[in-house]
Amino acid sequence: MTLKYAYYPGCSLNATGIEYNQSTKAVAKHLGVQLEEIDDWNCCGASAAHNTSHLLSIALPARTLALAEKQGLDVAVPCAACFNRMKAAQVEVRQSKEMKKTINEVIDMEYTARHEVKTLLDVLVNDVGLDKIKESVNRPLTGLKVASYYGCLLVRPPKIMCFDDVEDPMTMDRLVAALGGEPVEWSYKVECCGAGHSTAKPAVGIPMIRDILKNAKLNGANCILTACPLCFLNLDMRQKEAGQLDNNSYQLPVFYFTQFMGLAFGYSAKELCLNKHFVDPVKLLDEKDIFRHPDTRREKA
Amino acid sequence: MEVFDISNQVNNSAPIKEQVEELSGEKVKKCYQCGKCTAGCPVAFAMDNPPRQILRLLQVGLIKEALESNSVWICASCQTCYARCPRGVNIPRVMEAVRIMAKNKGIMPEKNIKLFEDLFLKSVENNGRVHEMGLIVMYNLMSMQPFKDVTLAPKLFLDGKISPFPHKVKNPSEIKKLFERVREKEKGGHA
Repeated sequence: MTLKYAYYPGCSLNATGIEYNQSTKAVAKHLGVQLEEIDDWNCCGASAAHNTSHLLSIALPARTLALAEKQGLDVAVPCAACFNRMKAAQVEVRQSKEMKKTINEVIDMEYTARHEVKTLLDVLVNDVGLDKIKESVNRPLTGLKVASYYGCLLVRPPKIMCFDDVEDPMTMDRLVAALGGEPVEWSYKVECCGAGHSTAKPAVGIPMIRDILKNAKLNGANCILTACPLCFLNLDMRQKEAGQLDNNSYQLPVFYFTQFMGLAFGYSAKELCLNKHFVDPVKLLDEKDIFRHPDTRREKA
Repeated sequence: MEVFDISNQVNNSAPIKEQVEELSGEKVKKCYQCGKCTAGCPVAFAMDNPPRQILRLLQVGLIKEALESNSVWICASCQTCYARCPRGVNIPRVMEAVRIMAKNKGIMPEKNIKLFEDLFLKSVENNGRVHEMGLIVMYNLMSMQPFKDVTLAPKLFLDGKISPFPHKVKNPSEIKKLFERVREKEKGGHA
């Protein structure tokens, strides 16, 4: 059975989240998952919309979901924040006939909410299955000690998201193990990175980023895995600034889980955009001989 | 024994409290003040009135104090409180409702957060998609910090992560109309 989804990249994946988009496309193709981009999708509105108008925050994602319904497919969403807003819209429209009517008037289209909305993590791990993923590994990620960072919106609020355990999600940890890496147990996997605060209120946002990096490091991680472009941007681009708070340099490369899959499947650094990170990940990968075939790695040769 | 409802003890607070409840779809009296929300709140350290206190202010009718509080702006909508609340109170929706009401009254203790949000939505209204570079440039200029994060820009630009040209939907006027219809509905009393 071919897996086929309507794909909603969202605004970030064409900009600051370019690594996520590129690696997603490579890995999905590799695993035989077809991602058909939703024609003429629009922004989900993110936090700015729900902090301004509840109706707007439902209408914006509903327009895109209505367009996806024309494709007749379930929707796969890489960004955790977009996923959260789309689920919120789907659930509200499913629960209230009145809301459905109002939304359809506002978007000037029919949205019935009959299809599922899934996070890309769910699609690539659970729908594809870990067995198939394991079969595709030809460069195991041995030596990488990984703090899987889920953040807020993939799992919360659980009533709406219905994805993994709300306090101790394990999807990425299981993926890491399947790819040959070592999942690290740590206590900040569902803490908040502060989202936009790093820009609009850095005195609050930067210490939040620092705490996440610090906890990962304290628990022995040598890298962090994410499934959200804003979490990635905060942990990677703001890492230097966060380290400066206590004269520290964390040197913790941050990866999208799709880059991790691509690495284990044999894709090059360039194909996965590993050269576009602020904290250079290639140094760690070279140190652990990840780019070499397992039989020619130093520990084996 | 007479039941004594401590809510609405402050004169004229009832209608505003009702408005909070209507906007948020949540009853503030459900909260029994255990404090689990504040215990888990990742931004409580920066709040004048952490989540439990905001709920209390609303319960006893000290609405003005709630509206003027920085907390409703600092709340990052991380949903931790809602996920853990033993009474199932959707606290982020309450924070959001108070924030919208404060905005409508012109109370904005966190001007930059408000500015960032307004510019974000402006970008969406104009293009249908958010234009990250345009948003940040406008934000830096209008918040009077033109050189904020300027050292990050060259790498972002060379890596193709920011572009001076916005991505747009095919017909941006469709999105403008969507925004307009939302405004009309809200004027008509739709939550």
